[in-house]
Amino acid sequence: MRSDKTLRSPLPLKIAAGAGLLFMHVPILLIFIYAFTTEDKTYQWPPPGYTLKWLGVTWNRPDVWEALNLSVRVAAISTLVALVLGTLCAAAVSRTRFFGREAISLIVILPIALPGIITGIALRSAFNIAEIPFSFWTIVLGHATFCVVVVYNNALARFRRTSASLIEASMDLGANGFQTFRYVILPNIGTALLAGGMLAFALSFDEVIVTTFTAGQQATLPIWMLEELVRPRQRPVTNVVAMVVFIVTFLPILAAYYLTRGGDQVAGHGK
Amino acid sequence: MAESPAITAPRDGVLGTVSDVLYRRPTLLLLLLLTPPLLWLGIIYLGSLFALLAQSFFSIDEFSGVIQYRLTLKTYGELLAPANLDIIVRTTLMAGSVTVAAAIVAFPIAYYAARYARGKWKALFYLGVMLPLWSSYLVKVYAWKLILAKEGILNWVFENLHLTWLLDAYLSIPVIGGNSLSVSYSGTFLVFLYVWLPFMVLPMQAALERVPVSYLEASADLGASPLQTFSKVLFPLAMPGVIAGSIFTFSLTLGDYIIPQIVGSSRLFIGQAVYSHQGTAGNIPLAAAFAVVPVIIMGFYLWMAKRQGAFDAL
Amino acid sequence: MKTAVHFEKVSRHFGDVKAVDSVDLTIGEGEFFAMLGPSGSGKTTCLRLIAGFDQPTFGDVSIFGESTNGIPPYRRNVNTVFQDYALFPHLSVADNVAYGLMIRKVAKQERRRVADEALEQVQLAGYGARKPSQLSGGQRQRVALARALVNKPRVLLLDEPLGALDLKLREEMQEELKNLQRTLGITFVFVTHDQGEALSMADRVAVFNEGRIMQVGTPQDVYHRPNSEFVANFVGSSNVLPSELVNELTGKSVPASLRPEAVKIVDEGGFEAEIVDISFLGAATRLSLKIDGMRLHALVDGTKAALEFRQKVRVDWDAEDLHLMYDNNG
Repeated sequence: MRSDKTLRSPLPLKIAAGAGLLFMHVPILLIFIYAFTTEDKTYQWPPPGYTLKWLGVTWNRPDVWEALNLSVRVAAISTLVALVLGTLCAAAVSRTRFFGREAISLIVILPIALPGIITGIALRSAFNIAEIPFSFWTIVLGHATFCVVVVYNNALARFRRTSASLIEASMDLGANGFQTFRYVILPNIGTALLAGGMLAFALSFDEVIVTTFTAGQQATLPIWMLEELVRPRQRPVTNVVAMVVFIVTFLPILAAYYLTRGGDQVAGHGK
Repeated sequence: MAESPAITAPRDGVLGTVSDVLYRRPTLLLLLLLTPPLLWLGIIYLGSLFALLAQSFFSIDEFSGVIQYRLTLKTYGELLAPANLDIIVRTTLMAGSVTVAAAIVAFPIAYYAARYARGKWKALFYLGVMLPLWSSYLVKVYAWKLILAKEGILNWVFENLHLTWLLDAYLSIPVIGGNSLSVSYSGTFLVFLYVWLPFMVLPMQAALERVPVSYLEASADLGASPLQTFSKVLFPLAMPGVIAGSIFTFSLTLGDYIIPQIVGSSRLFIGQAVYSHQGTAGNIPLAAAFAVVPVIIMGFYLWMAKRQGAFDAL
Repeated sequence: MKTAVHFEKVSRHFGDVKAVDSVDLTIGEGEFFAMLGPSGSGKTTCLRLIAGFDQPTFGDVSIFGESTNGIPPYRRNVNTVFQDYALFPHLSVADNVAYGLMIRKVAKQERRRVADEALEQVQLAGYGARKPSQLSGGQRQRVALARALVNKPRVLLLDEPLGALDLKLREEMQEELKNLQRTLGITFVFVTHDQGEALSMADRVAVFNEGRIMQVGTPQDVYHRPNSEFVANFVGSSNVLPSELVNELTGKSVPASLRPEAVKIVDEGGFEAEIVDISFLGAATRLSLKIDGMRLHALVDGTKAALEFRQKVRVDWDAEDLHLMYDNNG
């Protein structure tokens, strides 16, 4: 138990912590302001005026829609694959101790522990060697690989929190393995899987480093943005897209947080 | 009451039978669970890594530009050329300084969240770190392009505070300065720090949560000053968290090629070297060899971290 | 008496660890049977072998004469009350109780009726709609009991069923479990590390140590006639007299056990002893005595003469209280 007298924090600590949080959030707020600026040639601050015009302009841009569409499809399929693979892996690792268990955790974590560029170029050279042409599926292949860990972390945390005796109790009461999965395991890990899926979606939707290596000619929304970042052409549209990308990733993250609140924390160091 | 049998007959059809078999052979169940993920990660991911590694032992013919599929260490030799060594040293130094800075900036946030924040504030702090961690990498980089632009908010702030001279003085410092923040190492450093900071805060907070307040009180009780308590008790106990966080800040900085491309001087980092060698230059072996460098550095780093017990905090 | 559970040379090894080491055991129908032992002695593993959560490495466990070899838990007509109760957190109390019936595809209405009845039986009528998290420890325990009993098991297994309860509640539940077992007539097998619990509740007790059964018998047997130093110490912390001393007293060179309450303070005769520790326990006073460099514990009437630390007294015991442990393998 912590005594009350320890709850008063020193002022410098308070200031440093607050400043740190501000440092993490102010830049993101700017994105929202710039999406409504009337200035379209530079990044002028403060914006000379505000307008909703660019929302409309962006709405009517087929290239943005195309990129958004591709990103959503890639993220959806990758999330699905990651859900299956991550859950299977977590189930195996959590329920038994076996030789090579550590190695499996390592393999799952490796795709995000190693810099993305390595995953990217490794996949690209493998595609080259195997003579696989770039396509929608090569992007998914890459994304699913690094999304597995997110689902895995969330599912594993929940499996560990769920007492093993629940499964035994179900079998004891007459349920076979499949019935136990349906009536006990799934309801208990459901929210963790949903949270893991949401984070995997956000991760995939936003990924750019691996994607540049596995996408060929197609542009996901982050790739579209990266091109704009390197060679700015339509700054106001980019501003709006940046805001949209932020919101599309923000919502699942928030949802994931609420789904796993009060128990295992969302496996934050999973990215 | 008629006595029910002690053992009931098999039931529930095929699923029941499968379930019975899996009960008798738990290893088979384990195998079934593990096969799909291991096939995927083993073939696609490890296979690719192996392909990459193999490529780095090939070399490129200087005249024809064709890859020669003969095992050689020639490509690794090229890595040792001064220009390439420069890149490696530069990237490692950057990754190191970003990591140290991230630890310093993250500490007050993590410590406040772990020790003082309660209830609603605790949730707010957690979300306040989680959201920037997971939110779009590119959008975050883009935000800094807006901030560091010539006509952007940072210059505007300095101008309005009449401190432009201070910024100019800072930029005139060799190495870390430059024409403007957006084309200097300082700019690159700032963006790296910003983007990876949350990865340091969370594990640090997790480690600090596990330090009971009574330890600090005991230290104070035994006559230690706050500074001594920090250096002798708090910091050593937070170390596993710092190391866990640093794995991310260090590794992510080592391999990044987008941030230095968008904000920074034109001097290359490892990621950019990999990117350009495999792309325009078409020198896949050299790109592969370059890509192996962060793996080796990280491997060494992880090995050190493991010895420090950092993984318990993950 | 019919045999309910039978262990035939059963071993369960985990790697190099022999958690259960060649156990032979017969539990009769309708018995209230206790498996007693320190943690890691193999008693819980034996329970899990009956339930089917674990499978023997060697040997066979049979239930009512049928081999359970390869039979999963869901095909054994045996139910378990778990140490942590293992109530399903996502289901209501009523759905928890009705789980086994739901799996057996009993119609919904019938399920409801049986579950309500079972809850009433454990004095939790009206609690059906709650979630397990809204119940106290004692209530959860009753739900776990009801959930197991609605399936009308041939054997009910209880894994440290009272371990998580506080003292008063534990005593209440001991009585209730005994009553329940008597009325239902089902074979109860329960695991405990608490010798008091085992002695007060069980018809017969098996004392486990290091994967083996040291002694099986009635509570009186294992208490008064331990067959080994281990049982003597574990069940009621007996004094164990070394064989040399017993030889002097009886002429038989075997160790012997002597209950602390059998040691009496006498005015003359017996042995001279020094009180080296004295603790007041309420109904009794426990003495630690030194006799010729040997330690002896005594439990004497607390209201009797005032005894003091370092006081010299004379102690003795009746010859029949000295139990010779011929079968000393501990």
